[in-house]
Amino acid sequence: MNDLLNQVRLVGDWLASSKQWHGDEGIPRRLVEHLTYSGLSLLFAALIGLTLGLLVGHTGRGAFAVAGVVNLARAIPTFGLVVLVVTLAGLSTTPVLIALVALAVPPILINTFEGVRGVDPATRDAARGVGMTEWEVLVRVEVPMALPLILLGLRIAAIQVVATATVAAYPGLGGLGRFIVDGLSRNDYQLVVGGSTVVVVLALVVQIAFTALRRVLVSPGLRVSASKS
Amino acid sequence: MSGGEPLVRWDWIGDHAGELADYTGAHLRLGLLPVLFGLIVSVPLGIACHRWRWLYPPVLTVANILYSIPSLALFMIFVRYTGLTERTVLIPLTLYTLSVLVPNVVDGLASVPEPVRQAATALGFGTVRRVVQVELPIAVPVVIAGVRVAAVSSISLVAVGQLIGQGGLGYYITRGLQLDFPTPIVTAIVLIMLLALATDALLVLAQRLLTPWSRSKVTSS
Repeated sequence: MNDLLNQVRLVGDWLASSKQWHGDEGIPRRLVEHLTYSGLSLLFAALIGLTLGLLVGHTGRGAFAVAGVVNLARAIPTFGLVVLVVTLAGLSTTPVLIALVALAVPPILINTFEGVRGVDPATRDAARGVGMTEWEVLVRVEVPMALPLILLGLRIAAIQVVATATVAAYPGLGGLGRFIVDGLSRNDYQLVVGGSTVVVVLALVVQIAFTALRRVLVSPGLRVSASKS
Repeated sequence: MSGGEPLVRWDWIGDHAGELADYTGAHLRLGLLPVLFGLIVSVPLGIACHRWRWLYPPVLTVANILYSIPSLALFMIFVRYTGLTERTVLIPLTLYTLSVLVPNVVDGLASVPEPVRQAATALGFGTVRRVVQVELPIAVPVVIAGVRVAAVSSISLVAVGQLIGQGGLGYYITRGLQLDFPTPIVTAIVLIMLLALATDALLVLAQRLLTPWSRSKVTSS
């Protein structure tokens, strides 16, 4: 318990030092880098994953391929992928973004697909029956009903990207992982645990943001089934 | 990377076969022990959550919060208490598995049809015996679907542990970067994926053997 208090004090001192809040080595700069990598990767991954997921889910074509690719992708060690990309293509942002996008597409894709496919066929037929076009069925019936799962997929992807962007500091990229990696190599425990704390806080903020997003976006009529995720 | 360096130097793999086998073994142990520990914790926890529903939301929230913490940060926070040892990797990975396993145990138990439960009670089964002999076996497919997800992600997360010197095959990932030599990295990635996929296949097989009555397809999330 005492040790825990010491650790909290250690982190508090680190956070309180004004050095952390200014300059190239400070938290704001690292946070912006981290959010830039994560945000861009998530955006591209969402474009790819949502489009493919809606397409496959609505038409039902290619479902088998999607399941296979997603299973295979889950087994890829992302730390290895990021390091490999840097070794092959050199240190720059784009290759690392590609690795992060590759990581984030599968959960978005599979959840969007499952969400759309899981819509009751009777509901779908009813929508067609009242004269909706295929596009309207997709946008006004399937997407709102699949939204809890789609948001779950985006949340999983966001959390994984934020976590993996940390690892990207190891081969020399910026972001919040820098504190941890630098702290390890300098044997500076305060830096390691301070940086870890900032990362944990960011991860929790992302988690809370998605919970709030679900409250706002998901139709009240679907809340009960949404609570399961 | 120096020009002309191939993606994979096969002779390197041949030269390091013995060493690779050792690291593969270590990797498998680091990846699967957390799943085993996770099961030991989540089966009773899931049973409790199923029995006392008020327990489930807080447990699920804690598991979700733990899952959202990046592995690297969690390893680092544990270093203080467990040092640069295997436990520093095993404990966080075990915590991650709970976020998949607990919900799946609860869902699995919820999938037991009510008439089955009543029939077991009517046959004179006590609560404990009913849970162990009737409900848990019926829950097996859903639980194993969770174990598959937990095992695959645990095996691929082990590599991150290399940053504190306990990463199994992750050793070759950092080694390759230091030497600017892609072969060890590619080899490690391929071996990790093979381990994950082989484990997944074995779990599917285990499920078939454990639930001979269910030949229908189980969806994994």
